[in-house]
Parts: sequence; C-alpha cells; structure tokens
Amino acid sequence: MKFSKLFKINEDRSLYPPLNSEGKVDIDLSSHKYVKLWHGPQHPGITGNMSLELTLLGDEIMDCETHVGYLHRGFEKLMERRKWIQCFPIVCRITVPEPDFNEYCFAAGVEELAGIEIPETAQWLRTLTLEMARLQSYLMWIGGQAGSLGMGIIGQWSNYCRDLVLDRFEELTGGRIYHMYIIPGGVRGLLPDGFEARMEETLKTIEEFMVDIDRVMFNNAVFKKRTVGMGYIDPKWIYQFGITGPNARAAGIPDDVRKKYPYLKYPELDFEPVVGKDSDIYTRADVRRRDLLLTVDLIRQILAKMPKDGDFKAPTPNVLHWKVPAGETFVRSECTRGEFAYYIVSDGSEYPRRINVRGPSYTHAVALLEKMIINTNLADVAGLMTSLHTYPPEIER
Amino acid sequence: MARIKDIISPFTAWKNVVKEPVTIKEPLKREAAPRYRGFHKNDVDTCIGCGTCESICQNAAIDMVPVEGIETKNGDSGLRPRIDYGRCCWCALCVDVCTTGSLSMSNHFKWVDSDPDVFRFIPGVDKKEWDDEPNGYKKPGPNYELYSKERVHMPELKPEERDKSFIEIVRGYSREQAIKEADRCVECGICVATCPAHMGIPEYIKAIRNDDLNEGLRILYDTNPLPEICGRICTHKCETVCSVGHQGDPLSIRWLKRYIADQQPAENYKQILETENISKNGKRVAIIGAGPAGLSAAHYLALMGYECTIFEKLPLPGGMMRYGIPEYRLPYDALDKDIDYIKSLGVEIRCNTTVGKDITLEELHNQYDAVFTGTGLHLGRSTRIPGTDHPHVYQAVDLLRDVTMGKEIPAAQSIVVIGGGNVAMDITRTLARIQNQRYGKVNIITTSLESENEMPADREEVVEAREEGATIIPGWGPVKIEIENNKIKGLHVVKCVSVFDENRRFNPKFDETQTDFFAGEMVVESIGQGMDLSYLPESIKDNLKLDSRGRIVVNDYFQSSVEWLFVGGDIIQGPDVIHGIANGHKAAIGIDRFLGGKK
Repeated sequence: MKFSKLFKINEDRSLYPPLNSEGKVDIDLSSHKYVKLWHGPQHPGITGNMSLELTLLGDEIMDCETHVGYLHRGFEKLMERRKWIQCFPIVCRITVPEPDFNEYCFAAGVEELAGIEIPETAQWLRTLTLEMARLQSYLMWIGGQAGSLGMGIIGQWSNYCRDLVLDRFEELTGGRIYHMYIIPGGVRGLLPDGFEARMEETLKTIEEFMVDIDRVMFNNAVFKKRTVGMGYIDPKWIYQFGITGPNARAAGIPDDVRKKYPYLKYPELDFEPVVGKDSDIYTRADVRRRDLLLTVDLIRQILAKMPKDGDFKAPTPNVLHWKVPAGETFVRSECTRGEFAYYIVSDGSEYPRRINVRGPSYTHAVALLEKMIINTNLADVAGLMTSLHTYPPEIER
Repeated sequence: MARIKDIISPFTAWKNVVKEPVTIKEPLKREAAPRYRGFHKNDVDTCIGCGTCESICQNAAIDMVPVEGIETKNGDSGLRPRIDYGRCCWCALCVDVCTTGSLSMSNHFKWVDSDPDVFRFIPGVDKKEWDDEPNGYKKPGPNYELYSKERVHMPELKPEERDKSFIEIVRGYSREQAIKEADRCVECGICVATCPAHMGIPEYIKAIRNDDLNEGLRILYDTNPLPEICGRICTHKCETVCSVGHQGDPLSIRWLKRYIADQQPAENYKQILETENISKNGKRVAIIGAGPAGLSAAHYLALMGYECTIFEKLPLPGGMMRYGIPEYRLPYDALDKDIDYIKSLGVEIRCNTTVGKDITLEELHNQYDAVFTGTGLHLGRSTRIPGTDHPHVYQAVDLLRDVTMGKEIPAAQSIVVIGGGNVAMDITRTLARIQNQRYGKVNIITTSLESENEMPADREEVVEAREEGATIIPGWGPVKIEIENNKIKGLHVVKCVSVFDENRRFNPKFDETQTDFFAGEMVVESIGQGMDLSYLPESIKDNLKLDSRGRIVVNDYFQSSVEWLFVGGDIIQGPDVIHGIANGHKAAIGIDRFLGGKK
C-alpha cells in the first residue's frame, strides 16, 4: 500500500448543503444539524483578540464570521491627537512582531512630506533593520505554523533562533520587541562594535536550525498530508481580495514591494522574489522558508556593503513643534505578510490630519479567511489561519 | 506527495536529546546590551527642571515635581522629572530631547516589588541600585539632534564698515531667519522666571513661528512697553539661562523680540494693541525721569486711565537709553518709535524741566495724586587715584551724554579707559570711532580689574570693541595717572589677582610685584555710576526710610515710606533697562492699588 493511501478524506461534497446565489450556505440552526462554535480568541487578552464564529456540520465548517477583537485599537485616531514626533513611539505597537515596518513607513512618509533626505548610512541601517525584522518575524511564524499542526519542537527551535535575532536588535536599537529605532530623519545610532561578527554567528545558527526544520517540518509526511492541497488560494482572488506578500507569491504572483516599488537600498542588493505555484498551506510555508533564507543572504549583503560610519540622522526642524508641510503621501514596504503601507495626510499643522495604516492582515484575516475556510475541518482551522500569517492588532487599528 | 523519506527524516529531531540545552537557567542575571533602554537615571545636579522631557512624552508618563533640597533659582525651576512606569513605554525620547543631557537610562531591566507605588519615582533623587551603572541608553551622537543647537547668525556690519560711523551694527533678522531661530525654542519657560519683567518669551517666540506678529506684539506689550529698545540693548538675562544653551547656543531671544517690533509700523500699534479708546479715570500721576522706569510706569498707568506727566531734565526723553547708549547700538529712531507710542496714549513729557529747580517735589505732590520717580544713575564715579583731578581725566557718562547732545567731545590720539562694564565698552568704541574720524587710526587701551572671564561687559561688546581696533587688557588695577609738564602720559597699573572675596563681596587683591604702564594722553573713568537725589527736599528725606547703605527702601510695589511717592529704576535696582521696565510696571500696579484704595 502506498504511504499516501494511509491518509484519505472523503472528497464527496454532495453531503453538504448547497450554496445559495450569494455563495453562502443556507443553514437552519433550529434543525439541530449544525453547531455554532467560537474559535478563539487566540490571545491571553481573551476578549481582546481575533476569534472566529464557526457554524459546523459535524467537524466541518459550513460558515465562518471573523471577529477581529479590540486589542491595540484606535491607533489611527490616537495619532491625530499626538504631535508628529509623538506618533513615533506609537506606531511600532500596531504590529507587535515586526514593528520596524511601521516605523519605516511612518518615518519615510513624514520625510517625504517634509522634503527630508536621510543620510546614506541611515538608509543602509534601515534596510538592515527591516530585514532583521523579517527574519525574526518568520522565525516566530514558523513555530506557530508547525505548532498549530502539532509540531511543538519547531516552535522551540525557531523561538530560540528568534531570540538570537532579538539579541542583535537589543544591542543595535536598545530594545528587543519595540525597537523605536527608525526615527523621522534617520535612525538612532550606528552599529555597535563587533555587531557584524555576532550577526554572522546568529545567521549561521539560524541556517543550521533551518536544515533541521526542513527535515522535521517540511519533509514530514504528517505535515504534508495536512497542508498539501489545504487552504487553497485561487490566483484569481489575489487582486480581488488585495492579497499580497507570500500569500500571493505562493500562488505564482511574483509581487514583492522590494522589487516592484524599490525603496531604501534594495535596488543595490542582489535577489529575486521567492515564488511558488500550488497556493496551498504547504507552498505558502515553503515560500516563507525560502524567503527567510533569502533574508539571511540579504543581511549578509547589507553588512558587507554598509558604510561603517557617517551621519545617521538628517537635521530636522525642532521636533517639539514640527509642522509637516501640507500634503498627502502613500509609503509602502514589504513586510513578512505582504505590502505594508501608510497613507499620511498633513494639513500643515503640528499634528497629523489623518494617518491610515494599510496592513495586509485585514484583507487576509477577514475577507479571505471567511471565504477559504468553508468546508475545511475544525482541526485544520488553526493551521489554515497561521498559514495566512496575520496579526490581529494590525487589523483593528 | 508523501514519501518514505518523509516518515524517516522527522525522527532526526531525536539527535537533540543528547545536546546541551540552550535555555538560560537564570535569565534575570543576564547582562543587557550596553545600549539597552532600561530604567531611568537623572543627574539632578545637572538637570535644570526645564520640563522638555515632560512635554515630549506622549504617554504623559513624566511629571515635573518639586524636590526637597533643590531650590528654585535663576535657570533652574527647582522641579525634577518623576517617571511613572505604569505609563512609560521606554521610547527614550525624553533622553534624546533633554536639554542638559542629565537624563539617561541604565541597562538595568530587573525591578521586582510588591508595592505598585514605588514604580512612580524621581530618578536621581529616589536612589536606585542602577544609579551608578555606566551602561545604558544615552542620547546617540554626535549629529543626532531633535532641534538645532546652532544659533541663526545675525547679519552685522563688518568692522571695517562700522569703525568710523555710528550706523547701527546689527541689521536684524529676516522673516526666514527669525522663524528658523524661533524654531529652536523648546518652550520650557526657564527664561520667563529669570527675565525681570517676566515677559511671555515662549509665547512671543511661538507667535514668530506662527508668523503672527500682531499676536507677538500684543504679548510683548503685556509686560514691556519698550520692545524696540529692549530688542537691541537688553542685557538678555533670559539668554544666559536658556536651556538650549546648555548643550548649544542659547536662543537669540533679544533679537527675536527686536524682529517682532521692527516688522510692525508705528501707525499700526494702536489698532493692534487695541489702545485707540482708553477711558480716563480722572486721576493724575507725576513721573520724574523719562528713562525706562518712568516710561514704563507712564505706559501702564495711561492704559489704566491715569493722566500722566513725565518731567525730564534733559532735552529729549529716554534717559540713559538715549544719553548713555551709543547710537550704533540703539539708533534714535528706534528709541523714538517706542517713546512716541507711549506719548500717543496721552502721556505728556515735559523735557528741559528739572524737578527741584523748575518745579518742586512738593508742588508735584500737591498737583498730582501720586508721584513716581526713576531718575537713574547719571553721575560718574571716580577711582580717586592720584591724577584724576587733571582736566583730561573724564567720566564716561559725561562724554556719552555730550555725544548724544551733539557736542564735540575731547578725543586725544592715545586714550586709556578704566572699566570693564558695558559703559566702558560703549565709551571705548565711541572714542575709537571719533579717533578714526579725526586721526585715521585707533589707539585706545581699556583696562579693568576683572579678568577676561569676569568682566561684566557682554561678551559681544568686548569682541566687537577689539574688532574695531581697541586694545582690551583686563586684570589690572589703576594706581596712578602719570602727569608730566601738566600733560597726561599714561596710567600706572598693578596686577589684580582677585576682585571678590570668598563671600563675593568687592575686595580686590593685587600682586604688587607685577606692574605695567599704559601710555595715553587722556584717561576716561567708567567704574560705575551714582545717583543724584538732590531734588528730594529735606522734609521728604526725613520721612524716607533708608537702608544701612543709604538706599531708599520700597515695598514690592516700589512704594516708599512716603506713601504717595513711588521710586524705581536704576536708583533702586542698578543699571539695567529691563529691571527699570519691570519696576515701572510694578509701580504702576502699586500706584493703581494706592489710588484705588486696594492697599
């Protein structure tokens, strides 16, 4: 008997209720055939994070409504009540696991409106910081992806590796989680002495662990059975739903902001966006794994090319009453989950008129999830959600 | 799809069973990175309590609070930052923006306590175990500034363009320059407490940033009716305590004040300041002396509805501002702009009228409801060393007054000036110009008891005097004027090793072994000024309360022991325009209280 025959599910969908004209199933809860079940919130904050309101037939999902929670809410409104510089410590909290993309987009937006060009060294340091953020975010995700499908050991390995990256963040920025390093005008310091050597050591360790992770996770029959063909994202949905990043690239769409709309020092780096074709959970995980390894390579390239000294902050007006010239701008960057962007409007005063954060999590975790979760098994929900790599605090801003 | 390898390879994880764990057994003993943003530290001796940290904190985690043992004084609010770790997000912007560099963070990250209140603490005051830790977050530098530390250069005439004329040296800021300089202000308000007039400095600087000069003028006139004058020659005590000056150039507060006043045409003043229709209250106040104190008192009394008359001994109003300060520092048109506006409020100025001669003080008392006197320090003081009775030994104040009056003053080819204050620099530079006009060269030596760093003159005055050809030689005490055949040959001096004793009292000490001789055909003394109170009749003098040094005693509102007589200006607080203005303002309030029965 072939190994693949050991795992088989009934693919006959005729047992399930038909879809109506709106693409939703007609469910009569009073028939007692269906069960309503809350899945989540997946956070110690309990009421404060994302949860799913599922309608089940047996253990298969018939309908899903997403509830994005109220954690870390109100940032955009909060920023309208803060001076420009006072938004700087706030933005990193919008996406806890990779705050640097928020810092970059906010700073770059302000600089664009104010006509400030940051020094060369600061551009390299920002590029480094963003790639380090990508690295630690992927390492956090990979543990979650594996853990949600029962492989706790991967989480232990990847979080150890992530901790090493956080060590490097700590010595570079002074913070482990919230770095608050990319400030409008530049960054807050040069590389500390010996940083390159310690980073190289960290990268080597990560590469070694990735070999093990490849063996234990990606070359794992159980993982494959639970992910290959599961959580399919149709390529035609990509632009309909605004899907970006690895979720789109796993569907064969080679969009990467680093290449498509080059910023910072990415044009000077040698890389090609990682693309997959099967668009299922496994492919998305594999795209992220390869993107992680690409990031390791990019960090090496950055450190090799980076100037060792020089100005790291451009002169700015007095931040205490900085009036950013009136105008609007849209600044984007490629984060681990896709395109991350800030739409900033200034009316020329000391306060932002409007800041709208365009994060990838909203499109992925609300509209897309509700569509693709139908007819999957309850046991696969966590793995499917993780494969979209979303962050609830970024949804409800 | 799944292959046999996919069943076997996951078991390679078992190789880790025999590996050493990487877990840190005691993570709290781990050393944080040197740059880590741990708990706050503050050097309370360096801190001036400016509160800039408080104003940038977006979490409102910092409060400025009084601290026992730290007194409020000029340049120090006496407050210190208290951090609330229930609100702090460790962004460290407070450290970056700290004007003195006193605030920093340790890299200490462990603090366990069962009492939540202890996490609200005053760094540096509430002693912590991390206070002496060398590592931690400090403001990154250099070239990392959240506001400019460099003053916007003030356009000035070059020495060769100014050393033969009395054209005003300082040209004034343009709009762009003024806004750029105003942008450097951190709005801490440390300057306000130090300014004798307590001017709304951060507010009028903000008005410049907002390009709202009407508002700026209104703020100036709240506390100072002589902005054109003060914008040029104020002793700018505010700048000496400016918090930005601790790590950079202090804000150019004086020039910014001048910028506001310079941009406003005189004819718009009444409309901007809403003084076109002042209702009179029927009471009259006499003011003796049209100097800064008298003019200030008249201005505020006029706004309150009093009918004011100023009696001025000299031909034109302005007092020492006109007759003591050279025109290249304070042009007469700027002086007249401020004075004319005060006159436009209905204030009458009777010049060439000497109280005590043309009209007596008793007559003023009988004709007016109250009297304010601010007669200034117009008498020169002599060193009284041998030779000072020679006719070619002059007093600086007399010469400066004669220059204003258009008289031709004596200026020999070589001159020695004794004194290190602003008046000494004024006469030095005035005589240098006249020497240049008459002889085509400058030959002046100015010497003072004080050393270079102790000289009371403004630094820029000394620098500019040197640029104009004068030789400044500080640190010498005059001994004797050498006279031969009834002609002055020069000044003998001896080295001064200290001017003040340990109690900061004037008590100069000399090294007799070090002597020098400064050649000159003329000597000018500028070692201070005295007052002339001869206009006070004996009947009033008998009732005036004097202190042990013979000075008139006044209350907080400059009211003397003769209740209808208010006294202010230089004769009470020494030679300083801004003190005179503040005195006049306070006296006006006092007179209003006195006449309104609100004693």
